Amino acid sequence: MPELIRVGMADYKVGKAPSTLISYGLGSCIGVSLYDPQLKVGGLLHIMLPDSTQARASDNPAKFADTGLPLMLEDVLKLGASRSRLVAKIAGGAQMFAFANATDIMRVGARNAAAITELLQKMNIRLIAQDVGGTYGRTVSIDLNTGMYTVKTIAKGEKQI
Amino acid sequence: MSEDEFNLTPVQLDALKEIGNVGAGNSATALSQIINRRIDMNVPKVDLVPLEAVPDLVGGPDAIVVGIFMRVYGKAPSNILFLLPQQSAFYLVDQLMGRQHGETKTLDFMDESALMEIGNILTGAYLNAFFTFTKLTMLPSIPALAMDMAGAILNVVLVQLGQMGDQALVIETEFLSEDDGISGQFFLVPDPGSLETIISAVGVE
Repeated sequence: MPELIRVGMADYKVGKAPSTLISYGLGSCIGVSLYDPQLKVGGLLHIMLPDSTQARASDNPAKFADTGLPLMLEDVLKLGASRSRLVAKIAGGAQMFAFANATDIMRVGARNAAAITELLQKMNIRLIAQDVGGTYGRTVSIDLNTGMYTVKTIAKGEKQI
Repeated sequence: MSEDEFNLTPVQLDALKEIGNVGAGNSATALSQIINRRIDMNVPKVDLVPLEAVPDLVGGPDAIVVGIFMRVYGKAPSNILFLLPQQSAFYLVDQLMGRQHGETKTLDFMDESALMEIGNILTGAYLNAFFTFTKLTMLPSIPALAMDMAGAILNVVLVQLGQMGDQALVIETEFLSEDDGISGQFFLVPDPGSLETIISAVGVE
């Protein structure tokens, strides 16, 4: 039986086929998947904030792009994934409420997306698909059998990236 | 802010609950007068919850809700979020717009505007009580509205707290209309630094 593994906010999970990793209700958060298509293993990370160095205190590295991604990478590699085969997909980073005088914190979605993109580049991981921005929430999942990354929304339906 | 800030004494917790109680009471009265129905509310919960557990307070991260969000400025900056399950919001709009129950199936511009006005009124009533207790002037921003997944809407509040720590102090009240048609949750989430200000303004050790 294919297993559905839930990834909470500020959390990550790794696994192998035929499992599916899923994270519900992302707003400005981003769901980052890493996948090795040959070995069919991967992970899904649900980050809230771009940068741990700007935070005052946290015991949870999975909350931030800069600390969460290396952690998940390590665990995906432990499952036997080859670093050079890994591909990444990202979705999320919305701005849920449009204020005319949006502060930095309101635009955190865009900053999350930028941080993850830059980080993947630095880590030499190919970002092959993305669905970021907008003003709507997303539920994201990755099928570790196919690498298919599904983005569900309420207003805009469902799509695969 | 320090970690200690979250170590509230029972008396302080009670004080926060009482403020929430009177605030929500004001709001419930206002709402009840607008829709001409009795509105019940529970005793507010004052809870320290891990950030990742907050979406579960409102039926899970993928439940469809209408969120009305206001930023509160002043001496104790906070966020206010009024959440209604989608069906409750539609029913409330039916009432506000003089439609038959069940007629509203989606929100148009006027419907959204009416709901935001409700958010405005409830928040004003709530903050009034807050002022009575604390003498802290708190000014709400204009409201913003979104209908989407609860988790996504809560992100707005949680991200801000997430920069400071891993937990949220939530003052939460549930509303329920007499015919069970409308339920909602009113959240006041003080910014981490604001809690000290509020506590010391109330004057409880």
